[in-house]
Amino acid sequence: MWQFFHKLGSPKWFFGIAARLMPWLLAGGILLLMAGIVWGLAFAPKDYLQGNSYRIIFIHVPTAFLAQSVYVMMAVAGVVTLVWRMKLADVFVKSVAPVGLVLTFLSLFTGAVWGKPTWGTWWVWDARLTSMLILLFLYGGVIALDRAINDEKSAARAVAVLVLVGVVNIPIIQYSVEWWNTLHQPSTFKLTEKPSMPAEMWVPLLLSVLGLYLLFGWLACLRMQTEILLREQRTRWVKDYVLAGRV
Amino acid sequence: MHPIRKKRLTIVLFLLVGLAIAVGLTTYALRQNINLFYDPTQISAGEAPVDVRIRAGGMVEEGSVLRDPDSLMVEFKVTDFNASVPVQYTGILPDLFAEGQGVVAMGRLNESGRFVADQVLAKHDENYMPPEVADALEKASKGRHAASGSAETVSY
Repeated sequence: MWQFFHKLGSPKWFFGIAARLMPWLLAGGILLLMAGIVWGLAFAPKDYLQGNSYRIIFIHVPTAFLAQSVYVMMAVAGVVTLVWRMKLADVFVKSVAPVGLVLTFLSLFTGAVWGKPTWGTWWVWDARLTSMLILLFLYGGVIALDRAINDEKSAARAVAVLVLVGVVNIPIIQYSVEWWNTLHQPSTFKLTEKPSMPAEMWVPLLLSVLGLYLLFGWLACLRMQTEILLREQRTRWVKDYVLAGRV
Repeated sequence: MHPIRKKRLTIVLFLLVGLAIAVGLTTYALRQNINLFYDPTQISAGEAPVDVRIRAGGMVEEGSVLRDPDSLMVEFKVTDFNASVPVQYTGILPDLFAEGQGVVAMGRLNESGRFVADQVLAKHDENYMPPEVADALEKASKGRHAASGSAETVSY
């Protein structure tokens, strides 16, 4: 197990693995996401109260879900950076932070668009919405901090600490709707109970969540490859790779 | 594990636990400020300040909605099935506003315990279902009421 862990730390090794994984991630991601979105937007039954406007859930929930789970992945990578000083972990954090920022923005935006017809307001300062906004600022802070420090190693450590500080926000987002009175409704999906929507609604939703996960995996691999090439540009293997005309 | 890494891991864990405790205590102390609204139990217990802009939230009590025929004024009771608060509002209600649905109203509580709202938001719950299922459920529950001889009548 440790051997695998140390191999994973080698940028060159990861570069090769990523190249082999990427076509599968991309194909699976597009397939699942298309299936989920088309099924959800066109074929799933409408809701008895909200009519068709609930369909934004097929975009809102996957982006909000991914936005939080990307942050958790970044926090795990942050621990690896601080404890094992593994370069690849920092490459991951740096590469996916902008993706997380976009996902968080999309979930806030789709939520606001849904909130106007359903609640009667674009925005309300309740615990769920506010903690999600804090997540957006955390992603922004991670990107800014990384850009602000020139030295690669100090940037990696500073960013890892910031990511870890921010991770306390994740359970707050998750449980805000249960701990406090909020306008946002509680989760439709719970780990222990059946989802409070019928299968013809939650299956397409699950498909789009899985599809977005795979697509995120593809995007993460692509961005990490770019970052690895940039960082390792003086090494032999990158020179060989570029000279072979594979970029 | 290498002793230096072990030490770093301990520091990281301490950092996380410390932060979690700090944030936990802070949010616990600020819980009333984080709550978006007062529920009817808190209001009837006198926990909500009078004549200060606050929000009140709960379910619209069945059969409590009274519309003024000459204006946009509407009166209803907000309940949490424990206590209820009368709410008065002038304006256009959101589409999802209905008896038995959740609402969050913003306004002031006056001396007589009536909540004068200037904004009413609909609160959606986590349940989604197709209209046919909702109809079937409603029919089934009406059937049960009729069978049990319930005196509950709904008039519009």
